[in-house]
Amino acid sequence: MGKKRKMPGLNTSSTADISFMLLIFFLVTTSMDTDQGLGRTLPKPPEENQENNEIKIKERNILNIRINKDNYLMIGEDYVSIDDVKEIAKEFIANPENKSNLPEKKPKNVKLLGQRMVTENHVISVQTDRGTSYWVYFAVQDKLVQAYNELRNELAKEEFGFKYEFLTKEQQEAIREVYPQKISEAEPKKYGASL
Amino acid sequence: MPEMNTSSLPDLIFTILFFFMMVTTMREVTLKVKFEKPVGTQLEKLARKSCTSFIYIGKPTDALKSQFGEGTRIQLNDKYAEVNEVYDYVMTDRNELAEVDKPFYTVSLKVDKETPMGIITDVKQVLRKAYALKIVYSANKPN
Repeated sequence: MGKKRKMPGLNTSSTADISFMLLIFFLVTTSMDTDQGLGRTLPKPPEENQENNEIKIKERNILNIRINKDNYLMIGEDYVSIDDVKEIAKEFIANPENKSNLPEKKPKNVKLLGQRMVTENHVISVQTDRGTSYWVYFAVQDKLVQAYNELRNELAKEEFGFKYEFLTKEQQEAIREVYPQKISEAEPKKYGASL
Repeated sequence: MPEMNTSSLPDLIFTILFFFMMVTTMREVTLKVKFEKPVGTQLEKLARKSCTSFIYIGKPTDALKSQFGEGTRIQLNDKYAEVNEVYDYVMTDRNELAEVDKPFYTVSLKVDKETPMGIITDVKQVLRKAYALKIVYSANKPN
């Protein structure tokens, strides 16, 4: 009995098939994590006992973007195309020439940046009809965010020499204080077909 | 002819399997509405999928069209719902979260791009009432 017997190897030729089956099962039941989108914060619901005291906003501080049921876009009194929204919004937010019909600028002490003239009270309001297509609304929102991002990037490059996303937290906060994102998700209003 | 040594093949496949298990998540629901998301350029990644509820809005899929018609529908979990049911849905989903996660609770709106805004506005009003104030308009990057 002193003869050493060789242990027979386990037949593993089917392991590959089994793991293939598992792989295919996971491929079918899972989805890649690709969810992305535009984040927004809704305003708090109106209080029950709150009187209808709409906060008065000066006309120069508000940019009204209206979209009617046929997906036509109107800013103030003019019909515009979606591609124009970004430039109009950029000029409105920054008011570089301090025009009297664009938002008023107020001095504000910003950390790291010192005294700055900021269009603090500006509001961009997007109003839609019930029949407006979602993609138009979304496209406008996208353009507005793009306007903010470009302004922030320009300021970030000027002040810190880097794009906004590469800045430190404090620097980003400073930039955000100069260009706060104020897009109103306001109460829906009824608009007639005449718009 | 000598046979090829396939003893490392299972290891290889297992590696692929683990890779897929890491980068993917379980598909949450079977879709009963079809939607094509709008296209945007300034998108952010959803921060935490575990703190997110999904609301799907679109037209019924081709298979369900004969049964439910062509009107725009809201889907919560696995079934169609009315606008006011969104309130309970959001409340239940948020209550299932741990207390520390509640501030991060987000509602992702997956809406077909042809949907009229009226129904979206209604849903948003309900979300406000439920104090689910963080929302994401789900979209695709342009190709």
